[in-house]
Amino acid sequence: MLLHRIGLTATAALGVAALVVGTTVAEKKYDTGATDTEIKIGNTNPYSGPASAYGTIGKTITAFFNKVNAEGGINGRKVNFISYDDGYSPPKTVEQARKLVESDEVLFLFNTLGTPPNTAIQKYMNSKKVPQLFVATGATKWGDHKDFPWTMGWQPTYQAEGHIYAKYLLEHHPQGKIGILYQNDDYGKDYVKGLKDGLVGKMPIVAELPYETTDPTVDSQIVSLKASGADVFFNVTTPKFAAQAIKKSAEIGWKPIHLLNNVSQSVGGVLQPAGLENSKGILSSYYLKDPTDPQWKDDAAYKDWVAFMEKYYPEGDRTSTFPVYGYTASQTVVQVLKQCGDELTRANVMKQAANLKDLSLGMLLPGVKINTSATDWYPIKQMQMQQFDGQRWIPIGPILSGELSGT
Amino acid sequence: MNWELLLHQVLAGLATGGIYACIALAVVMIYQAIDHLNFAQGEMAMFSTFIAWQLMNWGCPYWVAFVLTIAISFVGGLAIERIVFKPIHDAPVLSHIVVFIALFSIINSLAGWIWDYTIKEFPTPFGTRSLIGDGLISAHDGGMIGVTLVLLLLLYLFFRHTRIGLAMRAAAANPESARLAGIRVGWMVALGWGMAAAIGAVAGMLIAPVVFLEPNMMLGILLYGFAAAVVGGLTSPGGAVIGGFSVGVIENVAGTFIPYFGRELKLTIALVLIVAVLLVKPSGLFGRTVVSRV
Amino acid sequence: MEAAPAAIEATTAATPSVVRLPPAQAVIGGLTLARWRQLAIIAAVVVAVVLPFFVKNFLVFQLTLAIVYALAILGLNLLTGFNGQFSLGHSAFYAIGAYTAAIMMDKWDIDYYWTLPVAGVVCLVSGFLFGLPALRLEGIYLALATFALAIAAPQILKFSPLEHWTGGVQGIVVIKPDAPFGLPLTSDQWIYFFTLGVAAVLYICAVNLVNSRTGRAMKAIRDNAIAAGAMGVNVSLYKSLTFGVSALYTGIAGALGAVVAGFVAPDSFTFTLSIQLFVGLVVGGVGSIPGTLFGGLFALFAPNVAESVSKGLAGAVYGVILILVIYVMPSGAAGLVRLIVSKLARSER
Repeated sequence: MLLHRIGLTATAALGVAALVVGTTVAEKKYDTGATDTEIKIGNTNPYSGPASAYGTIGKTITAFFNKVNAEGGINGRKVNFISYDDGYSPPKTVEQARKLVESDEVLFLFNTLGTPPNTAIQKYMNSKKVPQLFVATGATKWGDHKDFPWTMGWQPTYQAEGHIYAKYLLEHHPQGKIGILYQNDDYGKDYVKGLKDGLVGKMPIVAELPYETTDPTVDSQIVSLKASGADVFFNVTTPKFAAQAIKKSAEIGWKPIHLLNNVSQSVGGVLQPAGLENSKGILSSYYLKDPTDPQWKDDAAYKDWVAFMEKYYPEGDRTSTFPVYGYTASQTVVQVLKQCGDELTRANVMKQAANLKDLSLGMLLPGVKINTSATDWYPIKQMQMQQFDGQRWIPIGPILSGELSGT
Repeated sequence: MNWELLLHQVLAGLATGGIYACIALAVVMIYQAIDHLNFAQGEMAMFSTFIAWQLMNWGCPYWVAFVLTIAISFVGGLAIERIVFKPIHDAPVLSHIVVFIALFSIINSLAGWIWDYTIKEFPTPFGTRSLIGDGLISAHDGGMIGVTLVLLLLLYLFFRHTRIGLAMRAAAANPESARLAGIRVGWMVALGWGMAAAIGAVAGMLIAPVVFLEPNMMLGILLYGFAAAVVGGLTSPGGAVIGGFSVGVIENVAGTFIPYFGRELKLTIALVLIVAVLLVKPSGLFGRTVVSRV
Repeated sequence: MEAAPAAIEATTAATPSVVRLPPAQAVIGGLTLARWRQLAIIAAVVVAVVLPFFVKNFLVFQLTLAIVYALAILGLNLLTGFNGQFSLGHSAFYAIGAYTAAIMMDKWDIDYYWTLPVAGVVCLVSGFLFGLPALRLEGIYLALATFALAIAAPQILKFSPLEHWTGGVQGIVVIKPDAPFGLPLTSDQWIYFFTLGVAAVLYICAVNLVNSRTGRAMKAIRDNAIAAGAMGVNVSLYKSLTFGVSALYTGIAGALGAVVAGFVAPDSFTFTLSIQLFVGLVVGGVGSIPGTLFGGLFALFAPNVAESVSKGLAGAVYGVILILVIYVMPSGAAGLVRLIVSKLARSER
């Protein structure tokens, strides 16, 4: 009888001990959207409407997570990536973001695309304390960790790029007269601001002409730019209009110093349709490897990317830099999740995102690294100036950092 | 006043205007047939151009692809009318317009799904050397204007001097009487659709070398094409062509020379001017005034 | 050079629904039609009031948006369905209403409920002013003029000199209100009820309007403007007034929409919105006030349904859904209901 009692007590004690030990050793913490087996990530992308060209980024990310899951997931957990179409319309983005957070109950939003769409949901995401991580836009305001501690950008900001071009101009062509063609929206205007801030008035801007995405061509603007006497051309256009601008400039015999924003620097996607001869001498900057640039043909990381595209996203356009963008951004978030380990809370996701040290990823240009800290919420700040020689982009000068006096 | 710039903008405007004139012809064509504007016209033209591009990608020489595409588009237009629109023949007019919108959505989405959104080069049979003004009007622009004028002539001859043309005009003007006269009204409408689709295909293949081929290429152009057709008078193909050139020139000149507003409100100004024209001449510059019987 | 004579009869843009409802005394299943209508309204009100407490906040948010769209479509319906003037430009009035509300709330710290009447008045005036020159235009030509309005609106909103007011391309963020007086409602639920209340008032006004003398004048103009004029109706005045009232409704919907979404930007108000409203109008039933509710729900949920069927071809699926809807109900949902009701009533005789 006594033995029986002792046995019972012992078992009970063992049970309690096991419980205590179990909880202290495992230390798993989850917020909504994360479990032992799954991490739910949400996203909005414009799969329809005038901005649908960017939808390929969302498709690349979906393919990437298929690859991650096929290879065992992250720390043993599969990623459930849910991406909805917002047609680049802010009210729709609000609806889809709320659906992801409240109905699908994701852990966080990743790489949501577009400045107005992200602006529309920024307050909501921060009030709900759900990370709005690595947003796919270059607007400068996404690094404001004091007012919006749940929002972080990823790519170099448009203003930073504008600064870099300004620096280059002041150094190499300080006597020039600048003509600007820009898309009449947040992205275009941000670039122009960056250039102007960087120039601090030291060079005259003789023409500043906008265009709308509904404009059939930008020919009229190019004609005006030539007539303005500008000999430096700051070209802030998306791929279709960039190609038109390059082609028309060549046709009317206008040969300025041509600075092209990096959104449109793809050899296969822009320069080739515009005419490789016409594109000779164009300056740009970038932080990712251009998949159509022959110099990466035998690069190991490039070959990995091609293999990924062939297996998981075969219908993707391998001449476009958008899939490279999606691929590299996905690799970044995977690193963040790996660093989270078993503590998959939203707060920890933001903490680890602000804790990336010298992260080197395959398709980033050599020398460009991802760095974040508690006071620096701009993961990629470095860019390489490059010039097109008629066949490929030749880097010129060192890797530059687009400084921004903290937002 | 920078006269040289003005001349340049006018020339550039004529070049772009050629694009609008071409698509405006297709708009007028469909209006003649069905008394309405087809929102999906631009998308159909874009899809036809993609078909041409695909044929050339598979090895067809340019002119073979050109002719084939026109034929396919003609049949396609006819088929769409017979298959999609026949069941809703008696539905109210506004419902028809919703179906146009649906077609737009379907064709645009299909094109993006099949050929994705990166821009594609489209060849031109006219070459790109400069024709007028040091590159302002290239050989291709000139060729496009030429083809548009030829199409215009063909349409004029068709409607004025052939029996089928007459039958089509009758069917559109007064379907009841036309039926009594023995005209197969349904097939006249279908024929109109086919012809409009064919003209649209030509327009698309002429436009693509300039603006680059991609699924969203026609949206802005269709807008201008509508405006051009309306300001020219929807019953007048010649008016549509003149309207197209006018819109191109006005848009460029207004955008360049109107101070303060011109730069950023180019499209708005162009449309305001068009509406102003309509207020003065409610049926367009060359259209027939509508007489209504109470 | 003309190629075809213009149509002998002027084509009006809207043809009224052909199906007529049987008289209110007709009996179906033991109850008069009038009684059925009363029951339907009561049932709808009960469901609308009780629903938010049983579903997720997110669905409440979506339903609020659907009501907003329904109200905007009602505005369009007054103009197109009841007055025969075709408009593709109502996204502009929606935008004016939304920006009025946003600017008032953001720049002058005015509470959201005061923004509604102001937005309404601003739109009434702008609608009337637009309607005046539009008097000369018919059918296609009016469509183009209104289309021009829809295209111009986002451009004007982005216009740099106005940036200080409109926020330019960055837009204006609007703070969503919480339930007042400490009511035990979530912000979403409160906004839902507020929107529901405003919409209910406006709907009742609309019903009264179309059944009044003014409404009959409007409908007379739609059916045959020349005859109406011959009978003494001041066609110009009524047409412009209707434009104004229609804009007022859509403008108030826009103001509500701004509060619900919490953000306004030029990209939110492209002519795509005009097209959505137009589609909602036709799908609900042109010339039917209850139809606009169905139209609003369709405008909100149909794209979502299309997306869930196929992400890559969402647009194509949406188009197919639209075509099928038109095939099944060529006169919209209201037309279908009328058809069923008249068949049922007939079979009872």
